[in-house]
Amino acid sequence: MNNMLIEDRKGKHRKAKQVTAVAILGFLSSVSFLVLGAILYFLIRNGASAFSWEFLTEFPRRMMTEGGIFPAIIGSIYLTAGAVLVALPFALGAAIWLTEYSGGGWWVRAIRIGVNTLAGVPSIVFGLLGLALFVITFGFGVSILSGALTLAILILPIMIRSAEEALNAVPRSFREGALALGASRWHTVHTVVLPSALPGILTGTVLSLSRAMGETAPIMFTAVAYSMLRLPNSPMDKCMALPYHIFVMATESPSYGETRNLQFGAALMLLALVLVLNLFAIVWRTISRRRKAW
Amino acid sequence: MFLFLASVSLIALAFILYFILREAVPVFRGATIQELLGPKWRPTYEAAPRYGILPMIGGTLLVTIGSMALAIPLGLAAATFIAEMAPGWLKDIAKTALELLASIPSVVYGFFGLMILSPYIRDSLGLLTGQTALTASLLLAVMALPTIASLAEDALTAVPRSYREASAAMGATHWETTWRVTIPSAFSGLIGAVILGMGRSVGETMAVLMVAGNSPQLTFSFLKSIRTLTSGIALDIAETPSGTTHFHALFFMGVVLLVITLAMNWIAEWFRGRLAKGHLKR
Repeated sequence: MNNMLIEDRKGKHRKAKQVTAVAILGFLSSVSFLVLGAILYFLIRNGASAFSWEFLTEFPRRMMTEGGIFPAIIGSIYLTAGAVLVALPFALGAAIWLTEYSGGGWWVRAIRIGVNTLAGVPSIVFGLLGLALFVITFGFGVSILSGALTLAILILPIMIRSAEEALNAVPRSFREGALALGASRWHTVHTVVLPSALPGILTGTVLSLSRAMGETAPIMFTAVAYSMLRLPNSPMDKCMALPYHIFVMATESPSYGETRNLQFGAALMLLALVLVLNLFAIVWRTISRRRKAW
Repeated sequence: MFLFLASVSLIALAFILYFILREAVPVFRGATIQELLGPKWRPTYEAAPRYGILPMIGGTLLVTIGSMALAIPLGLAAATFIAEMAPGWLKDIAKTALELLASIPSVVYGFFGLMILSPYIRDSLGLLTGQTALTASLLLAVMALPTIASLAEDALTAVPRSYREASAAMGATHWETTWRVTIPSAFSGLIGAVILGMGRSVGETMAVLMVAGNSPQLTFSFLKSIRTLTSGIALDIAETPSGTTHFHALFFMGVVLLVITLAMNWIAEWFRGRLAKGHLKR
């Protein structure tokens, strides 16, 4: 009798522990939601009023205290599009070799370590590389070209990983089927494997695009100008860029008070661009995974 | 041809090492190693310039410790909750939220820190300025959190189902299973996740540059303004003529930063690799 009571109390104690643990962990997990919410809330509350057609399509006026962010948006588009166009063929080639041709071995291990290591290099170090290699050694100067190439190296590991994942997700049987019909290895890759992996590869590309769009440190001393009153007219020209524009406006602008609204507007614009690209990629990934017949 | 394309990441890595070292090594023409590791950084003081990077190493250490004190418990708690306890729909939402949090550009975090967090800290603690190591630590904690949480979640999910079933069959509650079986089995993966998150804190530039105040002083107080290796490079390099000792000293800081982050990366990968092997053997 007595024994059973003790057992029962112990059981209750253990159950209480279970409930407490779930509650505490759940509460701690909600922190990330709260932070995301807080950032969105403050940026929207302070920045939404800056949004207008003029804000998006006009040049800054009066030492950037009025007007819009048009050249910064255009500059960011040039830089990120350039970076993705340069990185994509390399990333795709690397992923195809790793999944379709390599067949394992030490060279593959070396490349994997290389990709992981490159992914861990701090973004400011890419800036230093861009400065020493593209700006100084190659003589490209501070230009869109230097910035785009620097960003291309930065997004390379992300693109390789996502393309590799997409190729690995294509079932083995697809390849075996094509090979059994007498297709060569390359024929199999480009008529069967690549089309099946395309949605995954595109998702990865969109994610790298958003990553490149938000980076500031790599372009700070390789590509951007504080202010430009015209659009860049060649790849050797400097440009404005949205993340750098946000940085200089917030830290170096002499008329801090007057431009607060515009600054929040620019930050909100960048955040919106990046989040929309990411959400698009996440949703697309989910849909194409569900739609897969295999 | 594909082999060449595949090797591009290795080539890029070699370029990084070569070019950064090439710009860093000439620093020894203007300063000795003792001077470089000294406590005074005043490269533009012409009468007696000093190129000691110790304050920046100290600053990086301080904000990394500060951010990890917050990000490790929060990140691991979130990972455990998502992997072991949350129902399917909540799991999807939480993972999406983490992914979005990870995608926010660092300049936006920095902007948020400068405009919202730093005035709040100044007013609530009665400081002269809100640009302190504490502000940077809080911001870095939020930035490292998604990395730690999602990698730790991967490690927990990789623990074979049979371990949990065996524990449940012995009459353990869900929490007892998580605490005594799942977490210990995933331990080296969890350590790997924490170290990678830490690497993110060490390497972050913009957010720290915008909120840490950037005084190159050696301090252990979270309420003081500090400068890190990353922000030290970003601050000076645009205005420093190439070829000067100052310029080379900045690349030397880059080398130190690179060595620290790469070492952390490799240690983390080693821990994560050990986890995968461990499960196969058992």
